[in-house]
Amino acid sequence: MVIKLNPIISTEGLTHVYSEGTPFEHVAIENIDFAAYPGEYLGIIGHTGSGKSTFIQHLNGLLKPTSGVVKLDGEDIHSSKKFTRQVRFQVGLVFQYPEYQLFEETVYKDIAFGPKNMKLSDAEIDKRVRTAAELVGISEDMLEKSPFNLSGGQKRRVAIAGVMAMQPKVLILDEPTAGLDPEGREEIIENINNYRKVTGTTVIMVSHSMEEIAKSVDRLFVFHDGNIDMRGTPSEVFSHSERLEEIGLTVPQVTKVAMRLRQMGLEPPRDIYTTEHLKAALLKLKGGEADA
Amino acid sequence: MSKIIKTENLVYSYQAPEGELPIRVLDGVDIEIESGTFVAVLGHNGSGKSTFAKHLNGILLPEGGTVYIEGMNTQDEKLILEIRRRIGMVFQNPDNQIVSNIVEEDVAFAPENLGYPSDDIRIRVDEALKVVGMYEYRDHAPHLLSGGQKQRIAIAGVLAMAPACVVFDEPTAMLDPKGRADVVNIIHKMRDMGTTVVLITHHMDETIDADRLVVMADGKVIMDGTPAEVFCHVEELRETRLDVPETVDILYELNKEGYDLDLKALSVEECAQEIYNHFN
Repeated sequence: MVIKLNPIISTEGLTHVYSEGTPFEHVAIENIDFAAYPGEYLGIIGHTGSGKSTFIQHLNGLLKPTSGVVKLDGEDIHSSKKFTRQVRFQVGLVFQYPEYQLFEETVYKDIAFGPKNMKLSDAEIDKRVRTAAELVGISEDMLEKSPFNLSGGQKRRVAIAGVMAMQPKVLILDEPTAGLDPEGREEIIENINNYRKVTGTTVIMVSHSMEEIAKSVDRLFVFHDGNIDMRGTPSEVFSHSERLEEIGLTVPQVTKVAMRLRQMGLEPPRDIYTTEHLKAALLKLKGGEADA
Repeated sequence: MSKIIKTENLVYSYQAPEGELPIRVLDGVDIEIESGTFVAVLGHNGSGKSTFAKHLNGILLPEGGTVYIEGMNTQDEKLILEIRRRIGMVFQNPDNQIVSNIVEEDVAFAPENLGYPSDDIRIRVDEALKVVGMYEYRDHAPHLLSGGQKQRIAIAGVLAMAPACVVFDEPTAMLDPKGRADVVNIIHKMRDMGTTVVLITHHMDETIDADRLVVMADGKVIMDGTPAEVFCHVEELRETRLDVPETVDILYELNKEGYDLDLKALSVEECAQEIYNHFN
């Protein structure tokens, strides 16, 4: 991957303190330097209370830093009210359980809500709604239905389409697959991968599920206690599986199997996080021959 | 062993919008559950597993067939309170299950409604909070707790009734890994205490330690056995849009390359051992 030198979105020394000056004062994130480059697919993991949600809410200006800056295309997002407003459209944030925020009479109107607020022409809105719906696999005939008659997975995809339709430069999703069954999860991940491929948008995905995130993203950021504890490609991060467990993250089962095999004396590499990896590594240990 | 739950040809349909046919979600479910066992019910969304759960304490009543709880028919109105004392329910969203501003008052809600003496309630509440590891939080406000902690409070509220059986309807779907692990540990503890547990879930890894695993698809029971027996059927599970644990997946994948590994090696330890035996 070619790293372009100018980040599309970045933070420098970002710190956020909740209820500052009260007995409930709590430092949620401290001195975070972060940069995402155009077109990158990034993953953020961390347990509850690690600061990851606080962090992403800074990226589109929902929270204001206690100290430090957030920059979009090199410009401080709080430099002017006008720019902060633009940032809300350019950095799309999909919250956890976004389907709870559906409210319109039809799927079409719900997806159109964001673009409408951007004061686009009707023709442009129509185009965007249809494109976004297609990207998440919502068929034409569903557009006129009430969103409340859809299944849980469909509702969520409609909610995500609503943010995609604003065509943000950066799309951030907070736990987009939480509460869905394996098939629903896979569909959403596919939708997001597809959206990235088609639009080239920078995507930042927050997840608890290491399995899921490791398979998709270019780089991973591990949050712990308000800091970024590790950053790197999934292989780099997973080569520190013991550390991941230490800070309360669950590593994939295959990673645990590989860790156990190493303790037993077999030598699979340290950075295993998918069954394909482990399979390939084991077959290689055997010189590629199956001799059962 | 006695059967605490028994369903016979259970059928249920949800009303559809006007002009459409009702949607059949349970299509002849026959299940018997032994007292004191931990039974997991696995299925994708729409398989009917949550609808099944809601029949076990009469939240939903059968359209066809019968549900018996310790021999009591859930359709007998006179018995419904008795049934609900025996079967506690824990749902997905902890926020929907908390009624009070203080943790211990919340846990005391059900035993108070059941009219137990207040000394008895005190003991029940304290014990329930200890089982879920939230005793230190007894005078906290639930809304300031994490999702996992709230779910543990909801479980304590059910345990305080001392039900014979607790039905968990996707209790971990909205929790983070730490919260999930805590709930799973509580389930194991309850089983050890002799409480019957029915766990409805789509997280395969939560079912590995169950005594029995029932797989539902399209309103029917399609597999029923120990977790090791069920997860061997990799292809059939995938056909019903379910997956298998990664431990089984890696063994299955290696077998495709001509190895002969035992797919029943479900735990990380067993799986590593099985691989080690063939690859060392």
